[in-house]
Amino acid sequence: MTDVSPARQGTPAEAMAQTPRLPLGWIKRDHLIYVASIASLIVLWHLISTTFFKPQFFPPPLTVLQTGREMLESGELFEHINISLQRILAGFLIGSAIAAPAGLLMGSIPIVRAMFDPYVQFFRFVPSLAWLTPVVIWFGIGETSKVLIIVYTTIFIVLINTMVGVSHIAPNKLRAAACLGATPLKTFIFVTLPATLPFILTGMRLAMGNSFATVVAAEMIAADSGLGYLIFNSRLWMATDKIFIGIVCLGALGLMTDRFFRYLIVRFAHQYGPIE
Amino acid sequence: MVEEFLVARDVGYRYAVRRGVEPVQVLRRFSVSLTEGEFFCLLGPSGCGKTTVLNLMAGFLEPAEGMLTLAGRQIRGPGVDRTVVFQGDDALFNWLRTIDNVAFGLRMQGMSKERRHAVAREYLHLVHLDGQENKYPGELSGGMKQRVQIARVLASDPKIMLMDEPFGALDAQTRGRMQSELVEIWHKTGKTIVFITHDITEAVLLADRIGVMTKGPESRLGAIIPVDLPRPRRRSSPGFGEIWEHINALIENEEAGAS
Repeated sequence: MTDVSPARQGTPAEAMAQTPRLPLGWIKRDHLIYVASIASLIVLWHLISTTFFKPQFFPPPLTVLQTGREMLESGELFEHINISLQRILAGFLIGSAIAAPAGLLMGSIPIVRAMFDPYVQFFRFVPSLAWLTPVVIWFGIGETSKVLIIVYTTIFIVLINTMVGVSHIAPNKLRAAACLGATPLKTFIFVTLPATLPFILTGMRLAMGNSFATVVAAEMIAADSGLGYLIFNSRLWMATDKIFIGIVCLGALGLMTDRFFRYLIVRFAHQYGPIE
Repeated sequence: MVEEFLVARDVGYRYAVRRGVEPVQVLRRFSVSLTEGEFFCLLGPSGCGKTTVLNLMAGFLEPAEGMLTLAGRQIRGPGVDRTVVFQGDDALFNWLRTIDNVAFGLRMQGMSKERRHAVAREYLHLVHLDGQENKYPGELSGGMKQRVQIARVLASDPKIMLMDEPFGALDAQTRGRMQSELVEIWHKTGKTIVFITHDITEAVLLADRIGVMTKGPESRLGAIIPVDLPRPRRRSSPGFGEIWEHINALIENEEAGAS
């Protein structure tokens, strides 16, 4: 985890003073706590799986590690990760690209909101899983269906967050813009859009999490690759170690993408005041 | 024509509370006439509708009765000739650097970046914010933020500057300094200022004339008190206390009478 303290939090010296530092240099106390916490979970995992379960029901960490290494060496794991990430990214980006402008419009223009709000409120309660069969019937079993399912998941989260963002703009900002000569269109571009950006970005971060969850569902659509497929298919062979590989990979990849996303936010959008 | 600059004639305004409840008549027959270049303070007990008057002048609200004119033209909607300094710092664009906040109005007019930054620098100098142009609002103190608001409003060269308790949230010391700087800025720019406050001392320190509103609802302008004390004024200036007492008595009477 990189320490990217935004300029507004004062000088680097001040930022450093906030977290106690060890003589090791860049390693901070928090980093050590993270490592210790993860290590104790692995120990706990080992103890529970060896004490209470048969290894084929709950594989201990070493077995999982061994299987993971084999799968890495054969290239199998990388292939699953690669295809899943591609699906997630495509669905996530397309979904955000649709939802952010739509949310801005719905948030700003009452007529547009009145037109689309019933659909949003209806469909956001229908989980993507419910669409699996129709989507496969309509779009086939190829990549399109899987990406569409993730697009669907992403849209509602980003859309609703964006709408909330628009409604949270301080009325004084809009009034200030109006008396400084901004037309409604310019107010939209120069005030509504930047003021809503933190909410859009937060919505995207949340949607990223759901995209990871949904990829498993999407890959149940007769897929022959991807982490969802790996997890689902391993079930048939009672290959619990492979299921655990899938689980660990999803979590780790999710964590990494979120950190990366957060880094981008802090690096390029900190002046918009995002929630970090 | 200099006589009648900003005029409100028999203005009434109602707020809808919610369905099934009678709307509240905040203002009834509110009239005032300001001359160009004057510093006018609007004073009144809290809840009397001072901010409503300002919002009507700014064009954020439309009067239910009567009308408001600026230099003979009816006020319809917000306009660059009447810019507002808000009480809260949430009126600043927190994603823009100080200089771009100040240059916002000029950008809306389509002025080139180089020119609008040059103008913005002049106004930052006027409000004593030299060297702060690259900071974001979140990095500035409360007093500095209000200076940015004042510079931003002046950069658009309005006819009239509307100020809604701009120093209300500042600590006493900062407020005092901002008050004397505002008088300085007013001298330098010659703008007409409408300044809303509930602080009698502040009004007497700043204003050419003080309009005292009656207690709401259905409030109107109760009295206009001219303040012809020489500037710079201090609380200890001769005559300050008398005017203060006079206004205080007016407001106390008002509060006692209506309840």
